[in-house]
Amino acid sequence: MSIVTMTMAKALNEGLRRALERDPKVLLMGEDIGKLGGVFRITDGLQKDFGEDRVIDAPLAESAIVGTAVGLAIRGYRTVCEMQFDGFVYPAFDQIVSQVAKLHKRSDGAYTMGLVIRLPFQGGIGAIEHHSESPEAYFAQTAGLRVVSCSTPNDAYWMIQQAIEHDDPIIFCEPKSRYWEKGEVDLDRPAHDLFSSVLRREGTDVTLIGYGSSVKTMLRAAETAASEGVSLEVIDASSIAPLDLAPMVASVEKTGRFVTVQEAPHTASIGSEIVAELTQRCFYSLRAPGIRVSGYHVPYPASRIEEDYRPSVERILDAVDRVMGFDT
Amino acid sequence: MIDEELVQLLTPEGERVSHPDYTSTLNSEEIFALYRDMVIIRRLCNEATSLQRQGQLALWAPLQGQEAAQIGAGRAMAPMDFSFPTYREHGIAWCRGIAPEDMLRIFRAVTTGGWDPQKYRHAVPTVVLGNQALHAVGYAMGIQRDGAEEAVLALFGDGASSQGDTLESFVWAAAFNAPVVFFCQNNQWGISTPSSLQFKVPLYRRAEGFGFPGIRVDGNDVLAVYEVTKRALENARVGGGPTMIEAYTYRMGAHTTSDDPTRYRVDAEVEVWKHRDPLARVKALLTREYNTKSSAFDDVVAEAESLALKLRVDVLAMGRPDPITMFENAYAAEHPLIEEGRREMIELGVSAGSPA
Repeated sequence: MSIVTMTMAKALNEGLRRALERDPKVLLMGEDIGKLGGVFRITDGLQKDFGEDRVIDAPLAESAIVGTAVGLAIRGYRTVCEMQFDGFVYPAFDQIVSQVAKLHKRSDGAYTMGLVIRLPFQGGIGAIEHHSESPEAYFAQTAGLRVVSCSTPNDAYWMIQQAIEHDDPIIFCEPKSRYWEKGEVDLDRPAHDLFSSVLRREGTDVTLIGYGSSVKTMLRAAETAASEGVSLEVIDASSIAPLDLAPMVASVEKTGRFVTVQEAPHTASIGSEIVAELTQRCFYSLRAPGIRVSGYHVPYPASRIEEDYRPSVERILDAVDRVMGFDT
Repeated sequence: MIDEELVQLLTPEGERVSHPDYTSTLNSEEIFALYRDMVIIRRLCNEATSLQRQGQLALWAPLQGQEAAQIGAGRAMAPMDFSFPTYREHGIAWCRGIAPEDMLRIFRAVTTGGWDPQKYRHAVPTVVLGNQALHAVGYAMGIQRDGAEEAVLALFGDGASSQGDTLESFVWAAAFNAPVVFFCQNNQWGISTPSSLQFKVPLYRRAEGFGFPGIRVDGNDVLAVYEVTKRALENARVGGGPTMIEAYTYRMGAHTTSDDPTRYRVDAEVEVWKHRDPLARVKALLTREYNTKSSAFDDVVAEAESLALKLRVDVLAMGRPDPITMFENAYAAEHPLIEEGRREMIELGVSAGSPA
């Protein structure tokens, strides 16, 4: 077994490299991804090794990156599109929603839209505006798309390869604040199926459910709670759409209480969807209503105050106190 | 001639004219074949309009006036070329071999598709203006990577010329020297939006600013459209890069059957274009230059008539689809919400279900 410690950024780079090696139809396309290796260096060295025809430096037009990837998909290619930042995906929104999501259906199955749109998302890096957003719910709402998010280097390494091999279009959300954090990567076998919820920590009192950057925050909250005698279970909803509900249901049937955590505002969000599903499926096990810890309903704030916007350990523990306070 | 920048090989009166760069290469049989195509597609289009008026189609987008532009471009394509259409490209679809009833399925509202785009090498129609121009360029980039001698025809109209995607597709085609021909049918109107609101310089001249040639052709002259498109596609296939063709034409009918052009344009303008009819000039040429017999023309009319009748029968036979089909091909792989929806529909008794 070969287990290597690396950052999430490196794990994504290695995963992309494996995909490029395995399938000559895999292409990467994005702004500044070639010589520069991308602004986050996720594609570092790949153009040098695989050539400019496969690792394509794009003119600066996001709609065209996705729109040409659609044409390439019709021709049989699998393009991994890099959106430089979450806030720059909106020029491509029309292509993603009107075309990428619908063309398999509109062609009666003749087209395979096997493309991946990589999206560095969420905040926490002290950036200026449009660089820290969480647009995942827009895409989760759109039938025809799938949305996933990695939270560890091991998941990043495997999930990017699984996403590229998958025949449906996938919005691949990368928590940019975790790019430089290290973890062990098992290079021999994937830990789980791409569309899975992953149990990250076992507990008995309250279930925490979140994804992306929030997974580490939830684990830190669980550590703190444990020192206070409260046992928190942590589930990584790494498949944002479709949600893998079975592990959440099993957990909430055990704990009877749950809190969702996300950086996006909570209106019509992934957390709201989880609350609705678990309320419906676990109604007789629930001892308290599910509570959503989220960003506030404001445009992403100036980054000097972003830590008061993003879910913190304190806010998660406050929500835990609230669900624990229901006495049924 | 409408203006001296226009490539024209046949006047509205059916007189041949010479052009320094283009000469018609077609013999009498080939010209007659183009004429036949135009007669048939006009007749089928009129049948579709009637079907919509009788409540048998949800909508129809007539092509009348643009027969030469579409048949000329469609017949200039090689079998392995690929075209990316809007919703009005019935003439191109006809040239690609797509059955008329398949063109009408989407307008009958029994499907969101209609034909196998990979089989006919003609993409499914794009309703969102300009989206398909980027798909065309991407497909052309795939051709480059495959090392194939093929080209792509990107179809759009003056209406899409203000769309960002159309302009981005020009940038990309130029940047990658993609084997794509942008074929813009400037039919003067985007529903009620006149060309004057969309561009201040002739459309074909935009190409130069993006770094590839632009040509304006008389879109009602099938001989000129054929030669100009054929050469542009040949050039693209051998690595010569993109060309933009502006086929200068006119939308004789309404934008769609939901439109009322009398609210925004004057009859006098339509009258002017009636004298530039794409079919009449070819008939005049065939009669005068090749002594084509009137019985040959009669035969084409009869053939078009019988195809229109068959189209009507085929369309009326298209019943309401089983609602369960809405779940088919929403995703390529299994999806829990698709299974959930399918199960609910069967439980409600809406559908007996169907194999996945």
